[in-house]
Amino acid sequence: MSRVLVIEASYLAASVFFILGLRSLTRPDSARRGMQQAAVGMLLAICGTLLHREIVEYHWILAGLAIGGAIGWPMGMWVPMTAMPQRIAASHMFGAIAATLVGIAEFDRMGNGAFVSRPLMAALGFEVMFGSLTITGSLMAFLKLQELVPGVPITFRGQNAVNGGLFALTVALFLYLVWQPDTAWAFYLMVVLGLVIGVSLVLPIGGADMPVVISLLNSYAGLASSATGFAIGNNVLIIAGALDGASGFILSIAMSRAMNRSFGNVLFGAFGAPPPAAAAGAGPLPVRAISVEDAAVQLAYAQKVIVVPGYGLAVAQAQHAVKELAALIEKNGGEVKYAIHPVAGRMPGHMNVLLAEADIPYDKLREMEEVNPEFPSCDVALVIGANDVVNPAARTDRGSPIFGMPILDVDRAKQVIVLKRSMAPGFAGIENLLFHAPNTSMLFGDAKVSLQRLAEQVKQV
Amino acid sequence: MHETALQIVELYVFLLAGFVGFLVITRVPPLLHTPLMSATNAISGISLVGSLVAAGSGHARLTTFLGFLAVVAATINVVGGFLITDRMLKMFHRARPEAGKGGKER
Repeated sequence: MSRVLVIEASYLAASVFFILGLRSLTRPDSARRGMQQAAVGMLLAICGTLLHREIVEYHWILAGLAIGGAIGWPMGMWVPMTAMPQRIAASHMFGAIAATLVGIAEFDRMGNGAFVSRPLMAALGFEVMFGSLTITGSLMAFLKLQELVPGVPITFRGQNAVNGGLFALTVALFLYLVWQPDTAWAFYLMVVLGLVIGVSLVLPIGGADMPVVISLLNSYAGLASSATGFAIGNNVLIIAGALDGASGFILSIAMSRAMNRSFGNVLFGAFGAPPPAAAAGAGPLPVRAISVEDAAVQLAYAQKVIVVPGYGLAVAQAQHAVKELAALIEKNGGEVKYAIHPVAGRMPGHMNVLLAEADIPYDKLREMEEVNPEFPSCDVALVIGANDVVNPAARTDRGSPIFGMPILDVDRAKQVIVLKRSMAPGFAGIENLLFHAPNTSMLFGDAKVSLQRLAEQVKQV
Repeated sequence: MHETALQIVELYVFLLAGFVGFLVITRVPPLLHTPLMSATNAISGISLVGSLVAAGSGHARLTTFLGFLAVVAATINVVGGFLITDRMLKMFHRARPEAGKGGKER
């Protein structure tokens, strides 16, 4: 009896620490300590569990903890910040693997469903359904972000119908299982279908839509954990899963709002490549290229510079170069701020982490709503590898696929300098009007190299 | 009947936890959205608790083996998740006062 009490007390403590840990994330200066407390809570729960009466042998447990720790440690300590999106996708996958395997083990242990009650079957069903689709979905997201699979959307005719059919079949199997838990074939078929759906769900999604997908998979992984809690009657699992699910849900709403997509659109996976934009009408639009020297002069004498980072910054790993250039501008008496669009990059908060890594204080980072009124008074807006999030077509061109998407009003700055590899259209193939605006100059080349050369020139001005 | 009552309680726990999560997490600034993701990932690694029981219960070969794999996967998330969250949060700081001779805390 007292053993059960100790275990339950450790779970209760863990739940409280988890919630307090998440609350600490509402303020950057309290966040670190709060999450360390959450880690202590986790340790308590693990130690408590080891006292469990059902555990009779420890060698598999110790082996698992050792191997998991040996893989997890380097993944925590040495994965570079630029690889964070794929790192997060991978951890969604591991979470889902754990939930799914526990579900299968539980089903197998209870006589392949023979001793499974209907409510329990509902929990197990949810667990392996969400779990399996999150495993392959996250794996696909990981492969795309790591560029082992092409990042462009992969589509085929009738894709939505196929996905819908698969999904309907899975739900039908789930309902049948709840009615008739003692059908092993249906259970395992559902797992397989879940795995297939995960692949086909993420296949048609392109890089720029990744923030939504990653958030959504976060939510699914949480729901799978929570269902595990229902299945094995464990409250701390239910709580942690619900927190994870809520977090993923909130982030996916925030991301889809920032891309002007309805949440229903996101949920049913009808997102992917926007329809190809109509062919540009009146021939090539004018583009003004600028030399490093001229751009450096503008920056050196600017009073107010707003840096607009995008995915290109992460690709070029140019965050430290930005910081160096900014320091020089500030030394000349200019003010530098950073404008962060919610979906800049490949996951929520991607740019914030990169800039923080380069030792840029977070009070210089500005959210979209806050910074937009400041662009008209800004001397130079420096756009680094951002495209769709600064395209004024979202405000003006009703025909554009991104019309209505909230954007950073970079075009209202006095001068705009865009750092870009070439004039190749962005991921979505949408013409960016900003690049042809009279106050815009393009500085072509690798972002990191350009920034370093700019810094050299600013030093000499 | 007893089992049903228990499941209702679990449903309460789920809904209330989801509600608390919603209230807390909507207040997390976009600045910390990436650490938030890795933090919730680490926290949901608590499914390790279920995996431990499956791996150590000595029921059947398959249960033990699946449990073992689940322990590995969940431990990766717990260890890696908390470490990387801490690493990220360590990087966020305000502008340092100019007065000091640039002595870095850390």
